[in-house]
Amino acid sequence: MILDGKCPTGPIQQSWDKHCFDLKLVSPANKRKYNIIMVGTGLAGGAAAASLGELGYNVMAFCYQDSPRRAHSIAAQGGINAAKAYPNDGDSIYRLFYDTIKGGDFRAREADVWRLAQVSNNIIDQCVAQGVPFARDYAGYLDNRSFGGAQVSRTFYARGQTGQQLLLGAYSALSRQIKAGTVKMYNRREMLDLVVVDGVARGITVRNLVTGEIECYAADAVCLATGGYVNVFYLSTNAMGCSVTAQWVAHKKGAYFANPCYTQIHPTCIPQAGDYQSKLTLMSESLRNDGRCWVPKKKEDCGKHPSEIAEDDRDYYLERKYPSFGNLAPRDIASRAAKEQCDDGRGVGPGGRGVYLDFSSAINRVGEHTIKERYGNLFEMYEKITDENAYKRPMRMYPAPHYSMGGLWVDYNLMSNIPGLFVLGEANFSVHGANRLGASALMQGLADGYFVIPYTIGGYLAGVKPSGTSTDAAEFKKSVEDVNAYTNKLLNVNGKKTVTEFMRELGGLMWENCGMARSDASLKENLKKIPALREEFWQNVKVTGTGAEFNQQLENAGRTADFLEFAELMCRDALHREESCGGHFRTEHQYDDGEAKRDDANFCYAGAWEFKGINNEPELHKEPLKFENVHLAVRSYK
Amino acid sequence: MSDHKTMTINLVVWRQKNANDPGKYENYTVKGITEHHSFLEMMDVLNEDLIKSGKDPVAFDHDCREGICGMCSQVINGMPHGGQERTTVCQLHMRKFHDGDTIYIDPWRAKAFPIVKDLVVDREALDKIIQAGGYTSCHTGGVPDGNAILIAKPVADEAMDAAECIGCGACVAGCPNSAAMLFTGAKVSQLAVLPQGKTEAKQRVKNMVNAMKECGFGNCTNHYECQVSCPKGINVKFIARMNREYLKAQF
Repeated sequence: MILDGKCPTGPIQQSWDKHCFDLKLVSPANKRKYNIIMVGTGLAGGAAAASLGELGYNVMAFCYQDSPRRAHSIAAQGGINAAKAYPNDGDSIYRLFYDTIKGGDFRAREADVWRLAQVSNNIIDQCVAQGVPFARDYAGYLDNRSFGGAQVSRTFYARGQTGQQLLLGAYSALSRQIKAGTVKMYNRREMLDLVVVDGVARGITVRNLVTGEIECYAADAVCLATGGYVNVFYLSTNAMGCSVTAQWVAHKKGAYFANPCYTQIHPTCIPQAGDYQSKLTLMSESLRNDGRCWVPKKKEDCGKHPSEIAEDDRDYYLERKYPSFGNLAPRDIASRAAKEQCDDGRGVGPGGRGVYLDFSSAINRVGEHTIKERYGNLFEMYEKITDENAYKRPMRMYPAPHYSMGGLWVDYNLMSNIPGLFVLGEANFSVHGANRLGASALMQGLADGYFVIPYTIGGYLAGVKPSGTSTDAAEFKKSVEDVNAYTNKLLNVNGKKTVTEFMRELGGLMWENCGMARSDASLKENLKKIPALREEFWQNVKVTGTGAEFNQQLENAGRTADFLEFAELMCRDALHREESCGGHFRTEHQYDDGEAKRDDANFCYAGAWEFKGINNEPELHKEPLKFENVHLAVRSYK
Repeated sequence: MSDHKTMTINLVVWRQKNANDPGKYENYTVKGITEHHSFLEMMDVLNEDLIKSGKDPVAFDHDCREGICGMCSQVINGMPHGGQERTTVCQLHMRKFHDGDTIYIDPWRAKAFPIVKDLVVDREALDKIIQAGGYTSCHTGGVPDGNAILIAKPVADEAMDAAECIGCGACVAGCPNSAAMLFTGAKVSQLAVLPQGKTEAKQRVKNMVNAMKECGFGNCTNHYECQVSCPKGINVKFIARMNREYLKAQF
């Protein structure tokens, strides 16, 4: 089937404004008759719940954490992009749009990206009004810095904790609505099923993580803002609780999963120290404003203390390969370059899996004090984890899974192919194409939450009758039965291996065979091994405790079971996409210099998969991508 | 990596099935810990051992494991987050301990934080304080340009110093009165120093202080244990600031 993104036609500059006018409205008096479910309270979900509540809808918001303030958006460090052009350096909405399309390696929809660039400026204003303490200069004006894939300074920041401050802004707006009674907050709930009635999304089934009770909620629309799935690699920069579960259960109920093979491996993370490790820690891309990446030119120097390696014996490989962007090359490119140096035997640190990120020339230029002011908390975090002082010795870095560009397929209104099911933020596939630029995730989350969904959901609700919150329909009862049965199944395997052992094994397979480099052979190997591992899981997993209590093992078991199914789809998507683009690098498809080789003739589309049963092949639907405003070209940062 | 010496650690951990269970300490021994294990990774090792021997693992809150989400919450040897300066439990590393050490682990203990299970507590009371007024009442949309409100760097920096709070509740756990003054003071101060927050400053501080009392938190008697416990180094001057704001709000 050919999918239609329902993008507005006509000049792109007017597309969003025209679309807003064309959308039907729900009058203020009628809004209170509609109920909306919001799953996830990060930047997208928190901002959306607050904004929809303020508009007058009845919102029920859910998160698995103990408070909506803890969603993993909070961990974003470096900043948020906007096309304000305050520094007078030639930025514009068009340039942000262009950079994002190019950064995504021409695999995103033009209309969605234009809208994102257009509303980016409103986001900054909104956050300032909320009291987000963005960095300012002494005259009181907002400060900017640069991020990868851009030659302008358009990134707004709050020390190294921009995500935290933006999330707390959204959380404060949400708290205001909770107080006002327009939003009812349900903490410590995990979505385990989507309830579809007559083809329309009508509710969710959740597990109350404190009591273990399986609960149902009904509404007129269900929004998923549940983040991404890179914990499929086990070790990633995501929080421990981040999972594919909400997306996956929606997928199993009919929602198409688009481009699951587009995953972002972030170039600057603290290298893994041992097998016991539970997560990887990112060091903000903003560090590459002042840090320079290098490895020794000579293999025999790799074991030396970095200060003993002469300047001439250092290979500043990003500056060498990409002189016009230098250390601020986009993430996919910087990650591959780091891997390339390490594969060449010039990596540093344990196992040769590391490159240096060196601040010495910046410290000589602007002084240690200034560097401390810019990145102090990051240097502190680095020292806590590694016991090394990065003011004195370069940081050691290695790429790590960080973000998923793929996600549930949505149309221009952020509605999935299931009517009434909307998907926001990282959980959808819409704007980042095959690679996300730094400081654009925060922008997308807040754009979707504050400025897109409040408009587009009205367009949908105006066309349906309010249906109340009764969960009497047979579909709800069936959903509760199914979830209970599934929970019991997990608890009753009573095997010998722990959930973590399975997840670590799956992560290893994904990192080796579907990570930074993928090949026909490696993917086919995974398509054999993953089903076998899944089968072993259901024969031999050990989950202690019961379903009727606070049980973190059970939570993890459910998430792992879903990853074991999803991983196969991700490999299948990677195998079918016989090209390299952005974060998806197929070793068979590269230029002589190792750059990614796209195949626009055959793969210029979003690939959206339809679920056909666990051991059956999914069906691929295509949405062709048209480029009318940006010329399809080989992406170059040289 | 494997070339490091490993440690054996003795743990005395608070176990409590649920809010109604009286709870008690249990002793455990964990082996094979390296200096690179984070404290929570050491707890992971313990839990894997417990699961394999068919026992209930220790429940503890954790999520981001990079010191920012505020989920992790353990009193280690009597100090919230273990007492290392500006460090959450998840960022505490085992290189700070020695082979053969005995470590005592407790949950946050406060009337306003009922225990859910083992080391997990219910901190919804902190959300209630924010809901009482921890915001500016701006609407989505319809706000002025970000640069229309000038905020000099020192003011923005001071607001940011307060805004760093991660809402973990260590200040409450560390306080002999179980006061949430540092938590509340940080939010009150962030919004009181910024021009955007001034319009509602009086009502905000009154409402938030009232909510604090209603939730069952104690009051401040200047022990400064909160500041020592705070993994983000929030300064007690923000409590003083809140007190001033509260007084100003009476007139």
